[in-house]
Order: sequence, then structure tokens, then C-alpha cells
Amino acid sequence: MQKVLEKVAITGAEAVAYAMKQIEPDVVAAYPITPQTPIVEYFAKYVADGVVKTEMIPVESEHSAMSALVGAAAAGARAMTATSANGLALMHEIVYIAASYRLPIVMPVVNRALSGPLNIHCDHSDAMAERDSGWIQLFAESNQEAYDLTILAVKLAEHEAVRLPVMVNLDGFILSHGVEPVELYPDELVKKFVGEPKPYYPLLDTDHPVTWGPIDLYDYYFEHKRQQAEAMENVKKVFPEIAKEFEETFGKRYNFVEEYRLDDADHVMIALGSTNSTIKYVVDELREEGYKVGALKIWMFRPFPKETLQRLLNGRKTVVVLDRALSFGAEAPLYEAVKSALYEVAARPLLGSYVYGLGGRDVKPEHIRKAFEDAIRGNLIADEQRYLGLRE
Amino acid sequence: MPLKSWKEIPIGGVIVTPGSAREYKTGTWRVMRPILHKEKCIDCMFCWLYCPDQAIVQENAVMKGFNYDYCKGCGLCAKVCPKQAIEMRPETEFVGEEG
Amino acid sequence: MPVNIKQLAQEFEKKEIGITQGHRLCPGCGAPITVKFVLMIAKHLGYEPIVGLATGCLEVSTTVFPYTAWSVPYIHNAFENVAATMSGVETAYRALKAKGRIPEGKRYAFIAFAGDGGTYDIGLQALSGMLERGHKVLYVLYDNEGYMNTGNQRSGATPPGSDTTTAPVGKKLPGKIQLKKNIVEIVAAHENVYAATAALSEPLDFFAKVEKALNFEGPSFLAVFSPCVRFWRVNDDQTVEISKLAVETKYWPLYEVERGVYRVTRKPRQFRPVEEFVKAQGRFRRLLERPDAKEIVQELQEYVDRRWERLLALEEATKDKPIR
Repeated sequence: MQKVLEKVAITGAEAVAYAMKQIEPDVVAAYPITPQTPIVEYFAKYVADGVVKTEMIPVESEHSAMSALVGAAAAGARAMTATSANGLALMHEIVYIAASYRLPIVMPVVNRALSGPLNIHCDHSDAMAERDSGWIQLFAESNQEAYDLTILAVKLAEHEAVRLPVMVNLDGFILSHGVEPVELYPDELVKKFVGEPKPYYPLLDTDHPVTWGPIDLYDYYFEHKRQQAEAMENVKKVFPEIAKEFEETFGKRYNFVEEYRLDDADHVMIALGSTNSTIKYVVDELREEGYKVGALKIWMFRPFPKETLQRLLNGRKTVVVLDRALSFGAEAPLYEAVKSALYEVAARPLLGSYVYGLGGRDVKPEHIRKAFEDAIRGNLIADEQRYLGLRE
Repeated sequence: MPLKSWKEIPIGGVIVTPGSAREYKTGTWRVMRPILHKEKCIDCMFCWLYCPDQAIVQENAVMKGFNYDYCKGCGLCAKVCPKQAIEMRPETEFVGEEG
Repeated sequence: MPVNIKQLAQEFEKKEIGITQGHRLCPGCGAPITVKFVLMIAKHLGYEPIVGLATGCLEVSTTVFPYTAWSVPYIHNAFENVAATMSGVETAYRALKAKGRIPEGKRYAFIAFAGDGGTYDIGLQALSGMLERGHKVLYVLYDNEGYMNTGNQRSGATPPGSDTTTAPVGKKLPGKIQLKKNIVEIVAAHENVYAATAALSEPLDFFAKVEKALNFEGPSFLAVFSPCVRFWRVNDDQTVEISKLAVETKYWPLYEVERGVYRVTRKPRQFRPVEEFVKAQGRFRRLLERPDAKEIVQELQEYVDRRWERLLALEEATKDKPIR
């Protein structure tokens, strides 16, 4: 069978909705929020047209969306939703519960700035607020990746050594509403790849009644948390296997990170999401000018691929980290993670922290170039948080 | 129940043994003990119906007595009994006895 | 033919009710009796109950890991979301049934249990969503008129003058000033629902309503008056007695609303003054010591009288006029 059915120009939202159509989960519970709304709209149309057998719950809030999915997934159903920003923040309480109950829910998150003041445009403050929730967090650079990672996430989430929920992050408006060419795969291949769900002590099995969600005090809560930590470690073993199977099935290659012109690079820039396309463009420009620069794109932010970063960054002259979120009173989240990983390497690079693009502020090639130039000129001061595209 | 390691328990906090709370004997809470005067009892089953702790022993809707492993001694059975067939006595009177 | 108590005793002599011994609710608590009534009728009717709980006394006292006092499938998610959680469970059932992944011949009853905090207050939105979307779930409220799990704080269900830790009877204020929210009316306003009140002192009325609720094609709601012996400051053995008093003083009228049609299911020939209900409970003791106690109790009396008259009028006015 051919791997690619057709190549179409679609938005990231449509690509994700199309992946959901092909996955055809048993239950989708979702509440519309800008810029996630078109995902719900496309999917609702699939349901209305009878294209999917999915039961859709048009819930009255994101809190109820995640609550309903916890019920559905515990019942034994494959369950999905999608959200953004304040919607994710509203479901925060249940985001933790979904992870701790080990329910393999997959949730595209269309990244948007958290209020306030109210802002509907892209940044990563929503995803970063959930980074300790126990969810696997993947970040897409393009609509193709948003499509691919949504499919891949199902298999990763449901792997028996993992059984953790997954957020597939895609940049609000930039990807969700931006049209790009996407190679779509045949339904049968997607269905075969994700396979049938393997329920774990399903609530609907009345012959084997189980209790989900007991009160878990000092006797066992700690043990259950240790199990979650172990599952996150297991992701590091399982993900490469699933990525390999994905490549064999669909011809697209994924890993914890993507290396771009990294081999001999002295200066490396690290970022999440769609900004990587701009970074690659600038890397090409600087390479033509003779500078040894490269990019390292983070596909998986949780679990954080520390060992991979250590291997790839040891001995570089500088590492510049771009964050699309703040951690008020501490270092920006991605920078902090990279810095922490590099503490243990033999030859530590000089580090630079750059915050950019908050609330949808455009990030332009000249901003990226500026950060690279700081690195090239040795004009980096570790832990000095700098801002790209901000009026001083 | 000896405490287990994180490797020995099901993931996700699921309890897979239905009714395992029966291992926890709530009868130790009791300060008043229900005593049945069977001669007054009409087997109406009100005590059985209302007992919050399922501590009334009955066979085929005939009142047989109490399960002191679980009876917390609330006295609701005595209160709802239309024939005053159940008497609540201080538990101290039964120190050293079985049950 | 409605079941009687002796038949139930015979049926459940050895059969699992669904809630088991070994739970850690207070001696004399009304909540486990409520659960017993509901689950026995569900099983008697041939349903397999699948239970969801909101955080609360009933939840924490029945599932202390690794112990569970449930022998039916059970899920607890959080405080405010049992209605949403059970919406998900019920929807999963429909999805999996359509795909042939549910064994044939099983009749499930999806039953949510929540206290008044999880229903009147923090869980109201999720409840409304579940009702509006029409999930076939029986939502059972055990109303003990306050946040009792956390030690007697005021809720939207607390009656005026009741002494709680967050609306205490003080030198200036007489405790909670506001009347209870009328939760049955809120639920009934979703129109395509069955909503009813029940009291432990009227088991046959209670059983009939559980049966009606489970057989109703759509969401159903049962508000059960569920005394908290601990914080109502009554004796451990008074749960049923106080329930009886609540019904006889019009404090807790027994009625049902089926798609907008009202029916008062118990009409006592004689009523007792609401003052008797108030005086029987220690939670009102400090109110009764106040100089304005008489007026506050009188206001409550007038309210329950007006509500009763209104219920009778609604019964008459809505007869044979279902709204949907």
C-alpha cells in the first residue's frame, strides 16, 4: 500500500482534526476555545456526517471535557479532546488526575497565551503551566508534524509500559490557522498503526468490579507517584521504538529532538514549535556567511530528553535557548531544563536565555540573527534573560 | 495488611479487590452494644434495612442477631424497631467476652 | 408490584448490595443507608450499577487505599465533576456498545452520588451540563446541608440559623441568613428530566422513586434528605427520626417532577410546626438562644408553608401537562 494517500494544503487545525478522524476514538469531549475551535468544528462535522463512529460530548466547559474523558477512558474507551490556554488552565486539576490514573488520553493543545490581560495569540505559557502534570508533551513545528504526532501520540500513550496521557502542542494561529502542505496517509494505515485500545481494568467490566480514584494517603500516594516517574522514564525507551514503527509505516522520521546542521556547529539554538522554521532559515543564511551554527529542535519536552541533549551539546561553544514563556522569578522553562541537563557534561557551553513571542508577538529572522550574533561574538552572559522583539 | 512496594501494586491507584474494606473491622469503634430480645422481635427487617453498616444478621428475612465485627453501635436498629426488641448496652459490660 | 422490605431482605441475604461493610462513615450516618436503598433497588430491577462519586464524606470513608467498600464498579474523579465524569462513562458505554465491545444482555445503571457541596455549589455547572445533554444517569444527592467532610462549613444547602464554622451564630449575626437553594427546581428546569425528593423515613416512597428514576428515558435526580448526626448535633440513632420530622414539618416535602409535571407523593394529614424540627437538633441551639430566634423560626415556618401551598398548586396546574 502506498504510504501517502494525498498531499493537501490545509491548516494545522484541519490536519489535527483529520488525524482524529482517522484515529476515530470512541469518545471525544471538547469545548471550543480560540484558537483550538476549528479542530472541534471539523470533528463535529465528521460526527454529524457519520464519517466517524465516535460519540462526541459537547461539554459545558473544559473542566468537564477532561472530567468526562477521565470517566470515558476509565470505562475502557479511547478518548480525546483538544484545547488552548485558559481552557487548559481550567482543566488543570483534572489534567493531573488523568495522568495519575494512568489514562492514555491524547490532547492536541493549540498553544496560546494565558490571561491576563486577555490575549488569544500564540505563546507557550499554557503548556508550560502543565509541565509537571505527568503528561507527555510533544511539540510540532509544522502542520505535518501536528498531524503525525497526533497519530503517534495514541500509540505512545497506550503502550503498556507507559500508559500516560499526551499533549500534542501546536502553535496557535501560526499552525492552527496557517495553511501548509500536509501529506495525509490512508485511513487503513493509520488505523493499523494505532491498533485497538487495550483497556486496563475497565470500569464497564461489571464481572470484575474495580475502584478507580480512592483516597490515597501517606501509606501509598508516594508509591503511586514513583510509578508515574517510572512510566516517564519508560517513555525514553518506548518512544524510539514507536518512532521507528512510525517511520516504517509512514516514511516520516521522529525522535526526541531534531538536529539541523548540527554536526560541526559551534553555536546551537534550541527552541520549541514553529519558530524552528525561522531558526532553520537563519541557520542557512549564517552558514552561507561562513558561521558554524546549527539548530536543535525539541520534539519531546516531557519527559525531557536530557541524555540526548548532553550527548549533542557537550563541547559546543555556545547554546542559545529560546523560550516562548516566562517563569516569573526563575529562569524560563526551556532554558532552565537545558541548563540543568548541561550541568553534568564534561565541556559546558556558554549559555544564553532569550524570551520571545509572548502573546503572539511576531518573531522575525532578524531577532533570531541577533541572538546568534550575540553567541558568535561571545556576548552571552549566563542567566541574563534577554528579550527578542520587545520595546525597551 | 503489610505495606507493599511501588512495584507490587497496580498502577493508577486502582483497587482491584472488591469489598476489601471488609478487612477493616469497624466493630472496634463500638461503645454501645445492641442486644436482641428475640421474643419481642417480629422480623419486620427494619433494623436490617436501616443498619448503615450491614451488621444485622438475618436468614431468609428472619432476624438472627448482629455482626459485631462491623457494628459501630449507633443504635439506629434499636430506634427503628417497632417492638423495642433491641436494647443498647454499654460495651464495658462485655469486656472479655467474644465478639 | 413494588418490592417490600422483607422481600429485599430475602434477596440480599447473601447477594452483594454493592456497598460493603468496613466503610468508615460515622456511626448512624444517613449516607450509606441512602446508597443501600438505591443500589438494592437497582439490582432488584436487574440493573448492574456503575457508580461515580463526588469528593465528600461518602467517598473518602469508603475508599481508603488499599481498601474499598464497593463491590460494584466505582469511580471518583474530583469534587465538582461527578456529573461530567459519569457523562463520560455513560458515553463510553454507548460508544463501545455500538462497536460490539459490551457483552450482550447487560443492563447498566449509571449512578452518581454527591453531597450538597458537590451538587448545589461547586458541582452545579457539571450537573447542569449532564442534564442538558441528556445523559442517562441517576444523580443521587445526599443532602446533609453543609460541607460535613471538612468539618461543618456552610453550603448553599445549609438552612438559616444552622451553626456552621463559616457562617457561625455570633453576637451579631444569627448564623446563615439565606434560605436553602431549591435544587429540585433547578434540576426540574432542565425540563426533560425526572427529579424527586426522598427521605429515609419513607422507604417505599424512596424505592418507588429510584425505580422511576432508573426507568426514566433520560437523566434523573434524587435529592435525599441525609442527616449528619455529627454536625447536626443529634444522637447517632436519630437519622430516621429527624428525617421523619423533616417530612412532617414540611421542611422536606416529598414530591417528584417528571418533565414538568409535579406530583406530591406524601401528604401528611397533620403537620407539625417547623420549630419542632429546629429544636430537635443541636445545630440550631445557639440560634435558639438569641433574642431574634422566634422571628427567624417564624420566617422559616412561613417559607415552608408557602412552598407547600405552591407545590400543591403546581401539582394541580401541571397535571397532564408535561413540558416535553
